[in-house]
This record gives sequence, structure tokens and C-alpha cells, in this order.
Amino acid sequence: MAQAKAKAKPKSRAKAGAARHWTADIFDVLKRHNLKQVAYVPDTGQAPLIEACIRDNEIRAIPLTTEEEGIGVLAGAHLGGEEGALLLQSSGIGNCINMLGVPIECRMPLLMIVTMRGEWGEFNPWQLPMSQGTQAALEAVGVIVLRADSAERVGETVAAAAKMAFDAGRVVAVLIGQRVVGHKNWDR
Amino acid sequence: MAGRKAKAEELQRGAAVAAILKRRGDALVVTGIGNAVHDVAASGDVAENFYLSGIMGGAAMVGMGLALARPDRRVLVITGDGEMLAGIGSLATIGVEKVPNLAIVVIDNRAYAATGMQATHTARGVDLAGIAKASGFNHAVAVSDAAGLRAVVDDAYEKPGPYFAVLRVKSEGSPRVRVPADGTFTARRFRRALLGDEMNP
Amino acid sequence: MANAKRITLDRRKVVARVLRDRGDALLITGLGAPSFDAMAAGDSLNNFYVWSGMGSAVPFGLGLACAQPGRRVLTVTGDGEMLMGLGSLATVAVQRPANFAVVVIDNQRYGETGGQLTHTEFGVDIPAMAKGAGFREVATVYTNAELEEAVPLILKGEGPVFVTVKVRPEPAKIVLPPRDGPMMRHRFRANLLGEG
Repeated sequence: MAQAKAKAKPKSRAKAGAARHWTADIFDVLKRHNLKQVAYVPDTGQAPLIEACIRDNEIRAIPLTTEEEGIGVLAGAHLGGEEGALLLQSSGIGNCINMLGVPIECRMPLLMIVTMRGEWGEFNPWQLPMSQGTQAALEAVGVIVLRADSAERVGETVAAAAKMAFDAGRVVAVLIGQRVVGHKNWDR
Repeated sequence: MAGRKAKAEELQRGAAVAAILKRRGDALVVTGIGNAVHDVAASGDVAENFYLSGIMGGAAMVGMGLALARPDRRVLVITGDGEMLAGIGSLATIGVEKVPNLAIVVIDNRAYAATGMQATHTARGVDLAGIAKASGFNHAVAVSDAAGLRAVVDDAYEKPGPYFAVLRVKSEGSPRVRVPADGTFTARRFRRALLGDEMNP
Repeated sequence: MANAKRITLDRRKVVARVLRDRGDALLITGLGAPSFDAMAAGDSLNNFYVWSGMGSAVPFGLGLACAQPGRRVLTVTGDGEMLMGLGSLATVAVQRPANFAVVVIDNQRYGETGGQLTHTEFGVDIPAMAKGAGFREVATVYTNAELEEAVPLILKGEGPVFVTVKVRPEPAKIVLPPRDGPMMRHRFRANLLGEG
């Protein structure tokens, strides 16, 4: 799967001349690894990535009712010879912990792209407990965790995580700091 | 609702699952945690079975991911009512994806057999087939007699999916059947049988 | 599927209408727009706004309804939040609290993350799921006339009651409710129980 270094598809979303959005770097990694199923719960930060996956003819974008469904979907995909990724917010990690037992115990590859809520500049105090516990909870059940706290680092971090997931067969989460995503605008 | 009387006519779970698996052909089978594992393994521990011995509530989603990856094969999820209840939202997700080659068979004994036969929500009137129908499944039925089972044996393989069947069975557990407990092994074995690939991840 | 009918109702007016005759009903709101709608209708010591835990608004209301059988308890939440806790419909149906009603303000969108479509846009029928679970009364509302019929059911009908109100997707202006959990917990309990 690694040799398909196909040039990044032109992002219709990224306007000509505008700075490339960090989600475009993630999309390139997903394509480079020939991912076929991308399961997600909607998220503001990853919205351009989700839209790119929906538009892509080779990716099946699967909306979930709750994040843990995605762990099962991707385990089944792997059994069937396809790989995928799960896109979610840190709050959804709490929903996934029990389900993670399967890919970890069965040594299945799993890539999770997690946008953080409840840290940098968070306004809603109810988001803080889960965000502060996200990395610890993942590591407690055996997930390898990488972090990217600047937009420039997202691409290389996801690329590294994808190799660990798909080439080394591990469960890997990339936490994308809220500093990258930006905090929520409550003045609408 | 609350006081649904146990019908005199209820299926025997082991025989019902055996009848369904007898004509599986090259279908792929995913089992939910619990007695469903034993019911399926009793018909033979074959490579095209994947036994989930964890993730309560995850079986339907594993089946969906597999069915999407292999549209050329029929995928059967065989699980219990307690396991299905723990992942009820996944019915809505399958309803949206409209997976044509996926069938879910719920062995409904209205009890958590693995933990001591405590009553599940279906014992109190929750209608899983109704919920599947509301979620957008193409077919959703509940059967409790031999004629109903005969229909499921055909329809689970032939009806355009997503297909959902509830087998109302006697409230009892299943004889234990030893299956490989090593998930890494069963996952690799499954993939080798299906994909012929090597032992790499 | 169920999407053929025209959707014309305005979410803010719907929530204001439901709450107008609430009396001393206790209200739990799911996170996001339903909380803003309830706040816009007027803050109350009988309101508790849930700011996280997607999928928790219905079980939250269930516990309250069981603890306060003499009071009407409403959970008002969104379709995305409800979809994340569908199993709770089965759990409510098993308990059958006569004083509990769930109202889903269904815009078929995740309003807080940019308006992405939810499963209900694709025909998933949550009221039918509630019916399958065993709710006593179930309704789907598209028009003002249907809303007027549903309000007495929501506020007085023998529960558990489940009503989905289909509303237009446009987001309403944010009206922020209080978000200090300890304060809200204290004021709610002090008002209800006379203690902190």
C-alpha cells in the first residue's frame, strides 16, 4: 500500500493562493494509505476533511450516531481487507474506551484523528474533565498517542501515526490541540 | 408490553442457529459476545467465523464494516438481545448506509445468560425488530415458531439487506463450545481465509 | 421515507410554545441549541441545562422523573444528541415513568458543528424507534396545529411520551444559559428540595 504516493489531489476547498488547511495534509495521508472507510461524528475542526472524504469516490464516509460504533466498523473493515480511520472529538474518546479492546487485543490497525475540546481557551467548563483525561484514558487501555499542537505539525504527525497503525499494526490516536482548531465562536 | 407472556411456542436456540448456518455457503459470520459464540461454534469452528468476546454492543458495527469491505459476500451477524441493546444506535447507522449484503440475527432469550439470566429490556416489551424497521432496515421480523424460522433461514441470505431477524428462543443458555480465545489468531485466520494475505497487519 | 412533508416550524417558537404552559414542570435540556431555545423562552429555577455528555439528556430526565413522581419532567433535546443515546429510549420504556416526556427538536442537523446532516435526514424515524421501545405516547409534529395537539400530551399526557418536532434547519441566535454546573445544581435542588 505504501507505494501509492499519488500526488495530492487538488483541494477544491482550499482557495487558490490561500494557505493550505491542515486538514488537507490529513486527507493526503488517508489517500496515501488507500483508506476506504472513514467513520466520523461531525466536528467543526475536521469539517473540511470530512467533506473531502464525502466527495472522494474511493472513500466511503460513514456518519455514526456515537463514536464507539466506529471502532467496530473499522474492525470489520480490516477483517474484510479494507482499512480506515475514525474522526472524532476528544469528548467521543470517552465513548470508545471499552470498544478499543478489540483492535488492541486482536492487533488490528486503527487510526483515530481526535480534535481536542476543553483545553486551549475553552469557554465551556463541562468540556474540561474529558479533555484533561483524554490522553491518560487512551494510554491506560494501550493506545499509542501522538499530539500535534500547531497546524504545520499536523501532517507529519498524522503521517507518522498512520505508519504505526497500518504498517506496524497498532492502535494509534493523534490528538490535535484545540490551539490548532481554534476555540468556539459563541457570538453567532 | 410489560407483561408479555412467554409463548408456548418458542425456538430452541442451538437448533435455530444450526438451521441458519447449515446453508451459510460462503457467508461470513460475526458473533456478538456471549452465548451466540457457542451457538455458532457448535456448527463448526471455521475460519469464516469471527467471534467477538468483548465490546458489548459492537457486533453489528463489525458486521457492517466487513459487509462494506466485501460487498461480494453475505455477512451475518449473530448476536444476543443484550448485546444488540447495548449498541442500538448502530441500527440507525446501518439504516443510513443501507448495506445490502448485511443480515443481523438476534437470538432473543430476553435474558443476560452470561451473567445469570437477569431480564433484559426485551423481556419488558422492547421491540427490537420495530426499532430496526424504524431505522430503515429493508426487512425486520420477529419469529418464534418453526415456520417463522424456515423463512429466516432463506431470507437471511436472500433478501436485499439490511435484513434483521429476531429469533424468540426459550430462556436458556447454550452448552459451551471451546473456541480460540486469541483474537489475534482468529482475526489473522479470518483474513487469510478471506483475503489469502500474509500474517502482516 | 418520512421526509416528504414540508418543514416550516421555527425551533424557538416551538420551544417557547411548549414551555408557555409548563407550570411547575421540571426541564432538562440537551446540549446546544435546545438549551439556547429554553433560555430564550426565559430562565427558570426549574431548568437544568446539560452542557456536555451527548446522549445523556434523556437518562438525566428519567432519573429526575423517577425521583420526583409528583412533578412533570421534560427533556428537550436535539436529534443529534438523541441519536447518541438511543438505548436510553429502551431504558425509559422499561421504567415507564408516567410523568416523563421527551421532546426532540429535530432540525436533521448537527447545529453546533456546522450543520452537518444527522441520521434523521436519511429517514431514521426516532419516534417509531421510541414506539418500538415501548413509549406509551409517540407523535411527530410538522405543523402548528399538530403542535397544539401535542402540547397537552407533552405536559399532561400519561407518559412516557415522546414527541419529535420537525423544525427548519436555520440556527437561531445563541442565547447562553448559565454554564456553572455547581451553581445550577445548587439552585435547582434548593428550589426543588429546599436544600443545597
